[in-house]
Amino acid sequence: MKVLLNHPVREVDVKGPRRVKDLLKELNLLSETVLVVRGDELVTEDDMLRDDDRIEIRPVMSGG
Amino acid sequence: MRCRKCKDRAVLEIPRHHTAFCKPCLSDFICAQAERAVTEEKMFTKTDRVLVAVSGGKDSLSLLDILRRLGYQADAFYVDLGIGAYSRQSKTRVEQFTSARGIPLHVHELKEDEGAGINELADLVHRPTCSVCGTLKRYHFNRTAVELGYQVLATGHNLDDEASRLLGNVLHWQTEYLDKQGPTLPASMDGFAKKVKPLFRLAEREIAAYAIVNKIDYIVEECPNSKGAKMLLYKDILNRLESESPGTKQAFYWGFLAKQEAEAKTRPSMAENDRAVLHPCITCGQPTTAETCSYCKLMARAKKDGPSPVAS
Ligand code: SF4
Ligand SMILES: [Zn+2]
Ligand SMILES: [Zn+2]
Repeated sequence: MKVLLNHPVREVDVKGPRRVKDLLKELNLLSETVLVVRGDELVTEDDMLRDDDRIEIRPVMSGG
Repeated sequence: MRCRKCKDRAVLEIPRHHTAFCKPCLSDFICAQAERAVTEEKMFTKTDRVLVAVSGGKDSLSLLDILRRLGYQADAFYVDLGIGAYSRQSKTRVEQFTSARGIPLHVHELKEDEGAGINELADLVHRPTCSVCGTLKRYHFNRTAVELGYQVLATGHNLDDEASRLLGNVLHWQTEYLDKQGPTLPASMDGFAKKVKPLFRLAEREIAAYAIVNKIDYIVEECPNSKGAKMLLYKDILNRLESESPGTKQAFYWGFLAKQEAEAKTRPSMAENDRAVLHPCITCGQPTTAETCSYCKLMARAKKDGPSPVAS
């Protein structure tokens, strides 16, 4: 699956199927600091992501 | 995962409240928390005019959306800092958001009124950009609110912002700042707008989720000057603690507020303190502790040292 990351904007390929929780672990991200969006829908940690999903990891921390 | 309220598909889990919500229940939860903050902390009522300082980011645009949804008279104020592509994009977001909803928007342009963008101004006065930015924003937020007849100035600060700032202040024992860290700062004297933070009960992640499910088109990119900011480090550390032990952030910040409230009964109020030390700036009339306010000092310095004409 294609995973879009922000800060800086980049795209990585990850093999599915995979739980959101495991994807975050693999990308070394803390779930408190991001939201995971499939298409334009938010998903939770136990959701299963498929190989043909388009995923965006949205950071939620801002510096101001 | 299922919504704890209606058993629909959940879109967000909130461990600190042992709960999870679907889209509509999430929006209800967020609005209820903001409403609770507004009423419990006596921020404003439905008859007050509220000016919301917006940056184009998730917190301030969501705040405006939430307050409008709750039926408050909330308008928008944007300070254009003149930081290249970042400012252009964030301003476009703000303009689109407010015009689509028919929300009045006031804009202050640094390049027009101060004669230079924030980066150039900071260079001119040889001070860190974010500190100059803080002085300018505080000044214009207050001045615009007062001059346009708004009773209250609201900002999008959330639980993470406040907890990380508290951590920073405590780590350096900057106890003099603690007094001003509450969610409601009264309008202690003429020329001062009341300042409130209606999102202080909500975590950054919950607000971002609200923005996404309500299709609020905010700027995800950060201000280029914020890279490596100390606050991000503090937030990151608090998030690590939070994931090991949900509820840490709120226990830290809300616990501080409760302690402060208990002590307030035995101390002179902030308003009394303020009235004792504040008087109008001799140049612009805004309240200050010195003869000239920090904004006017800054602008005088920029004018003196600047190679190009800078307005005051
Ligand atoms: S990060 Fe950008 S917006 Fe924030 S204080 Fe610094 S210059 Fe201003
Ligand atoms: Zn529900
Ligand atoms: Zn002044």
